Order: sequence, then structure tokens, then C-alpha cells
Amino acid sequence: MTPLLTVEGLTMRFGGIAALERVGFTVSAGSITALIGPNGAGKTTVFNCLTGFYQATAGAITLQGPTGSLDLVAILGQPLRGSDFLDPVTLARRLFYKMFGGSHRVTRAGVARTFQNVRLFKEMTVMENLLVAQHLRVERNLLAGLLGTPGYRRAEQAAVARGLDWLQILGLRDAANRLAGELPYGDQRRLEIARALCTGPRLLCLDEPAAGLNPRETEALSDLILRLRTQHGLTILLIEHDMSLVMRVSDHVVVLDHGEVIARGTPQAVRQDPRVLTAYLGMEEEGGP
Amino acid sequence: MTGRDGFLDAARWGLLALLVFGPITGLVLDGYQVVVHWQQPVWLAALVFGGRLLLNGLLATGPGQRLARRLARGRAGGSVLVVAGGRGHGRIWILILLALLSLALPFALSKYWINVATLALIYVLLGLGLNIVVGLAGLLDLGFVAFYAVGAYGYALGHQYLDLGFWQAIPFCAFLAACFGAVLGFPVLRMHGDYLAIVTLGFGEIIRLILNNWVEFTGGPNGVRVPHPSLFGLDFARRAKEGGATFHGYFDLPYSADHRVIFIYLVLLLMVMAMVHVVVRLRRMPIGRAWEALREDEIACRSLGINHVGIKLSAFAMGATVGGVGGVFFAASQGFVSPASFTFFESALILAVVVLGGLGSTVGVIIAALVLTILPEVLREFADYRILVFGLAMVLMMVWRPRGLLGLRRQAYGVDP
Amino acid sequence: MDLHIIGQQAVNGLILGSIYGLIAVGYTMVYGIIGMINFAHGEIYMVSAYLTAIFLALLTAFGLQSLPVVLFLTLLLTMAFTALYGWTVERLAYRPLRGSTRLAPWISAIGISLVLQNYVRISQGARNQGIPVLLEGKFRLQAAAGTVQITHVQVVIVLVALASMAVLTWIMHHTSLGRCCRATQQDRRMAELLGVDSGRIIATVFALGAAMAGVAGVLVTLNYGSFDFYIGFVTGIKAFTAAVLGGIGSLPGAMLGGVVLGLAESLFSGFVNTDYKDVFAFAILVLVLIWRPSGLLGRPEVEKV
Repeated sequence: MTPLLTVEGLTMRFGGIAALERVGFTVSAGSITALIGPNGAGKTTVFNCLTGFYQATAGAITLQGPTGSLDLVAILGQPLRGSDFLDPVTLARRLFYKMFGGSHRVTRAGVARTFQNVRLFKEMTVMENLLVAQHLRVERNLLAGLLGTPGYRRAEQAAVARGLDWLQILGLRDAANRLAGELPYGDQRRLEIARALCTGPRLLCLDEPAAGLNPRETEALSDLILRLRTQHGLTILLIEHDMSLVMRVSDHVVVLDHGEVIARGTPQAVRQDPRVLTAYLGMEEEGGP
Repeated sequence: MTGRDGFLDAARWGLLALLVFGPITGLVLDGYQVVVHWQQPVWLAALVFGGRLLLNGLLATGPGQRLARRLARGRAGGSVLVVAGGRGHGRIWILILLALLSLALPFALSKYWINVATLALIYVLLGLGLNIVVGLAGLLDLGFVAFYAVGAYGYALGHQYLDLGFWQAIPFCAFLAACFGAVLGFPVLRMHGDYLAIVTLGFGEIIRLILNNWVEFTGGPNGVRVPHPSLFGLDFARRAKEGGATFHGYFDLPYSADHRVIFIYLVLLLMVMAMVHVVVRLRRMPIGRAWEALREDEIACRSLGINHVGIKLSAFAMGATVGGVGGVFFAASQGFVSPASFTFFESALILAVVVLGGLGSTVGVIIAALVLTILPEVLREFADYRILVFGLAMVLMMVWRPRGLLGLRRQAYGVDP
Repeated sequence: MDLHIIGQQAVNGLILGSIYGLIAVGYTMVYGIIGMINFAHGEIYMVSAYLTAIFLALLTAFGLQSLPVVLFLTLLLTMAFTALYGWTVERLAYRPLRGSTRLAPWISAIGISLVLQNYVRISQGARNQGIPVLLEGKFRLQAAAGTVQITHVQVVIVLVALASMAVLTWIMHHTSLGRCCRATQQDRRMAELLGVDSGRIIATVFALGAAMAGVAGVLVTLNYGSFDFYIGFVTGIKAFTAAVLGGIGSLPGAMLGGVVLGLAESLFSGFVNTDYKDVFAFAILVLVLIWRPSGLLGRPEVEKV
């Protein structure tokens, strides 16, 4: 299987504290990969580096695109180095990303995410939330919008239709004109996924999608995740604490502890790994008393 | 709360009021002496005591409690209403009627009141502009007056140095203000919200101080005279300039100074109407949605591929443009500009318009601008207390109804296939 | 450029800086504890200048003769009453807004500023007010080509500023109140769970900050002798600049920022241009916020996602 995302030597330090130490893993195209680990292991930090919210201290994150690979660290804009001034092409690229780079470019490259603590536009309607997510696909010309040209209206209608499609898939169609902040918690979580999907991603990163859901909702969520992969061709990376969900949906599991990868492999293999058991249960290396 | 507790609470507040108001209102400086005016703090304290007692009494009753609960709900912000699309015919007729009425208005008013109405419309325009920045995009701009000043001085100095007329000044100043907005915004909009407020405030003051101190270029505190606008080359003066024609001469009317005032009012009114239309449309356009989304959650916006700096910059520049145009009209209607018109107070006043109108509501902003400019004219004898009351209104508004007096409305989308 | 002029401007700058530092403390403490910029703080300082003149006149009218006693009592009274103002403002205009939108405290603060300015203007009149010269006399220091003058008032200013900063630092580090303040600053929810009344602590911080602005008001009035109802605005922004320059949230930073800003402003007006000294100060504010928002002693903030 071809890797869609390759993470190599990812290191993140806050001040002197190393949150991630040379983390490396790959996400194959079309797979469901789970990132697990005890609290404070650095899972969300990995996500924030991947989706461009943190500038990694060192390491490379490469996304295979249809037109070639893209370095997700560089497009955030890095500080200039002395050696850049010898190479005008590198310098120009670095300057460009420094001025105009940022996390939004990561999304444009095809990575979408949700957040651990749901982040919706609470005072906007559900449909508006989805339309904002399609910002890059609609007609943004000011004049076209002010005059209401046919092209503008077509683009808006198409965006509404696309939004409705995703709402249908996630079972939120009836809520289209409600305020996002008024929805029950489970619906808010699904709306956030729908919103991420509206950006048209190739890689969908879900940060604890089952947190706060009841067992039935979790069950429905795992069906949904599987469906997104099989019917919509998405690659999914998820952080999750609910092991039953992880075991059920994922093809590949990466285990983090104290900012380092301690195991990776199929769910069955990882489950047996003594190091993982130690990390989770805090057992002594030699075995219990 | 029992009656006794209510009374004690009111007494505590009264005592506090006596202490707070005591020295400043009761002991008035006169040279190096103080004159005792003991009645004032006592009255104020009595007022606080009485008011608190009344409030406590009211809260003890059933209707009072219901009212308090309603206020608490308003504070929690649940005042956004989603309404189905498609305007009723009734509303269109009301709008047309209002438009005709406001077009006919200047012919029924005295020159003084037309000037008041013009000023009110300028505040409507400025309010709409600042509303884009503060109400929609959620960026607190405390230096909006800077762009207003750029517009006004752009016209005045543009005429002096580049010989710009009123009609050229409008696009020129709009562009100039947008450039100022973009230049300020680009480095500033990356920083977090509170710092943005302070930096814009500093920027507003810098512009004013430069206008005040660069005497050779701007005329300093003495200000600059501004020419009167003209209509297709027709002057509103009594006598035509060399080779020109006058408005009253061309149309064979008796000369009246009112013509110019009415003319500015009408042009401004058309500008405001166009602006209202633009703002209403913008809210439903991708850019407007992105602004509001940015106000709601910047991090979520970034995760959706929206360039937050670019979107903020567009809101900032758009607001600045409107401010600049407002400045041109201000200069044209006053015939004179000086730095004294562009103090921080002016920014605060425009902000008050936006806040009292309910952040984000177009109708609210229009009403607030009209009320805040026309009411003080009606209540002349209370002119001293005008700003005090503005300030109090801003605080009370934030405490009781932070989302504005009118609830916000959002348009629904047609969902049925 | 003569050494004695530099020296003189440095002395003036130090005085100005101590004043800015004292006011900056109020901004920094409030920001530290609830992450809010108390925009009305400058107006509290303005009120304190009026209180100073009022209490001086009142105490003199009561027949107190000894100057040190009068000054000390004025200082105490002014501090007490400005603290009361700070407390009241927090109680009425900020406390009800906890948990409201991010804009709400700002707008409320601007409202309070307008209210305080105009309340003082209406009660005390719009004209300039002042106090007589109380302390005369100066020290002269011989510098290379001239003399540097240090007035007795200036010495008093530096001593009082240092003393009040020392007391404040002691309060923050060695009393239970200070511990509660720092705990609330670190984690309000946790502090509350441990029984700290965070509402009371926040109000106390406002009162303490206001009292420091009160000290500044007394000192400024002693030094310059005159004031009006509008002085709070510009001085307020400059003191805020000092707080940011030193690193907002940091107590020693506020004092350091004040002195740096005072020196910079004083040297700028001495050697470059007096008309543009405010522009210079605001420009420093803008540039610091753009390039080093964490200031000289502050820690950079990590964005929470």
C-alpha cells in the first residue's frame, strides 16, 4: 500500500520540555490508522503538528499529493537560515511561506481535522457551518456576489447541495437550519465531522471522536468511520481512548508514550505488545507482584 | 432575600456610594481650597440606596423574578433567531416608503436640522463600516477614527495639493483609507485580540498627533479649509468661479445656501442606502460568512483552510474604506477639518453606535446611530451629561444585553429538494 | 551632545518611568489574574490626582502644619479611596461580565472610562486644577560640562515608588493574600476548589492595582502641580505600553518597562523632538506588540488548540 502521509523524526519542544521525541509513522492511503496512548502521551500534539497548528521543532511530515509530495512543516513558514541566501529558489519559497503560509495551507493540501473539544461556529446555523468549510470552493469574487451573477448563484447552490449531501450521510439533514450551538452534543460531534468533510479532504484526522458519546452513539460512529473509508475513499487518522472502537475500525495502530512511539502494527499485535501493556497499566517490566 | 436582608444590602450600597462619591462630588476644588457641597454625595447615595431597595423589593415579588430570569436569558445570548428566507411584500413596501420619506426629508427641514441629519447619516455610515470589523469579524478596532481622519484629510489636503474635487476625493480617499487599513492590518492582525485593540488605539492616536504636529503639511491644530462639493461642475456658491457655472444660475433658481446642504444630504443618503445593500448582501456571501466564522472560532476557521489573516485583513480594509468615505462627507459638510475632530472619543462614539445597535445587526446600527446623534440635539439642556450617559449605556448594555437590544436574525437556507 | 543634558534627561526619564511603572502594575496584575486589559485604569489614576489635591486642601484646612504628616496622610487617604474606586469599578462593570464574550469587558471598560472622565468633569469643572509647590530645593550634581539638577520632589518620588513596589512584592510573595492571588492566576478553577474565593481575590487585585495608581497620582501631582480630567487617557496608554514592554503579567517587568519607557521618552524629547514624544511612545507600543508581544520579562504564550 502506498503511504499517504509519512512522519519522520517529528520532534516538538515547548521551552525545554520535549513533548514529542523523534516520532515516526506512516499512514497508508485508504487505511484507518489509530493513534493511541495514555493521557499526556503527545497524541494531540502530533495532530497539531500535522494540521499546522504547531510548528514542529524538527522532523518532516510529507503528504503524497496527486502532483507530488508536499512538506507540511515547510508550508507553515520557517525562520530564515543563513544557507538560504545562497539559494534563491529556497529563499523565495521560504519567504513566500513566511509571509503567506500557515495552517490554512495544510487544509488546502487535503488534510482536515476535528477537535477534542468540539469547535463549532455556535451562533451560525448548521448549513452556514458547512458553507464556511467550502470557502475555497465557492465563488469568492466580491463583485459577483454583490451583483448576484448566475455563476455566483450556481456556486452557492452547489455548495448548499454538497452540504446537504454530507448532512444526509451523517443523519443531520433535519437540523440544517438550526443554530449549531443548540444541537445536542452527539450531533455537534457529527456536525464537526461533516464540516471537516466539506473541505474535501483526502486525509481526515479525528481527535477523540467518541469522547462523551454513549455506547450506542459510539457504535454508530464506528459504522460511519468504516463507511467513510469504503464508500468515500477517505484515509482516516484518529486519536481515540475507546479501545473497542479502535479495535473495531483500525487497520493500523501507533502507540505513543511520553512523546515517543513505543509500538506500531495491527490492532491484534499491538494489544499483545508488553511495552504497550506496561505503558497503559503501569506494570513493572518484570511482571506483577 | 428577606425584607431585612434587602434593606441591609441597600444600606451597604448606599454607604459605598457615599464613600465613592463623597470626595469628588462633595469636595470641589477651587484654586487651592475645597468648597464643600455636602448635598450632592448625600443625594447620590440616597439615590443608590433607594434604587437598590426598590430593586431588592422588586426581586422579592413574582413578576420581578420572572423579569430577572428573562434578563439573565438575554445575557446568556440566546437571542439569535433563524428566519425563513424570502421577504414578505409588506417589508419591501415599508423599505420603499422609508427611502422616499428620507429623500423628501431635507425639503421639509431647516438648514440646522438638515445638518444634524447629515451628521446622523455620517454616523450611520461609520457605524456600518465599524460593524463589519467589530460586529461581523469580531476584531476590536479602537482606532477607527484614524480612517475617518484619513478620509477627511485626504479630501482637504488632496484638494490643497492635488486639486482633487469632491467626486474624485471619494474613490481616492476610499482607496487611501483601505491602504492605511491594509498596511496597519498586515502585521497587526496576527496578534491576539486584546493586543489588536490596543494597537489600533495607538495607531489612531499616532495619526491624530501627526496631523496635529506636522504643521507645514497639515496646517496643524488650525486645521484646513475644505472646498464645497459641486454637481457635474456646477458650484453651489453664490457667484461662479472663473469659467464655471453655479447650480442656482443653471437651473434658474434663487440662490440659497440650503442647496448645498441638501445636496450633500442626498448624496450621502444614496451612499448610505448603497452601503446598507452591500452590507446585507455581504453577510450572505462567502466573505461575510468567513468573517462571522472567524468571530466565532478562529482556530476552527484555520482548520477549514481559511486564511485567517487574509480574511481579517479584508474586513479591516473594508471597514477602513467605509470610514474613509465617511470622512470625505464629514469634511464636505463641515467645510473645515482639524485634528480636534478625530480624538479617541470619536472612536468610542462610533463603537457605542455599533455596540448599542447590537454587534452585527444592520438595522440596530442604523437605529443606534440615529438615536445617538439626534437625541442629544433634542435634549440640549442635558448636553453636559451626554457622554456620561453614553458611557453608562455601554456598561449597562454589556451587563444586561451584550448581544444588543434587538435580537439577531439569521437567514435560513432552502433545504427541501 | 553634552553629558549633563543626557544626565538631566536620564533623571527626568527615571522619574517619569517610576510613575509609568506604578500605573503599569495595575494593568499587569489585572491581566495576570483574569487576562483582561483594564482599559479604565488610566482614569482611576486621573481620579487619584483629583483626590490628592482635595485631601491636601482638606488636611491643610483642618490646620495640620507638618508637611511630612500632611503628605503621608494624603498618600494613605488617596490610596484608600482609589482602591475603593478600583473595587467598585470591578464590582459594577467587570464582575457581571465574567464568562461573557471577549469584547464585553472592553466595551464596558471604555464605557467606564467615559463615565469617570465626565463624572469628574461635571463635579469638579473642566478647568485645570493644581496644588501649590510644597517641596522646594534641589541637589546639584557636577557633570562634565554642567550640572544635573535633582529636585527633592524627584527624590521623594523615587523613594516612594521603590517603597510601594517593595511592599507590593512582599504582599504578593509572603502573605496568604498574595499566595491566593498567585494561585488564582495559575488556575482559577483549581484555586476555587481549594477554597479560594476567587471573586474576592480578583476584586482585591483591582483594588491593589488602583491603590498603586493612587500612589502615582499623588507623586505626579507633587511633581507637576497641575492636572485636568483628561490626563488619564494618554498616561494610561503609556503605562500600558510600559506593562507590555516589561512583559504583561510580570510585576518586576512592569517597573522595568516603566523605567525603560520613561528613559526612552525623555531622551527622545530631549534630543529629537518634543512634539512627537507621544508618537514615539505609541510607536514603541505598536512595535513591541508586533515583534515581541511577550515583552522583556514575560513568557511567550503557547496557543491552546
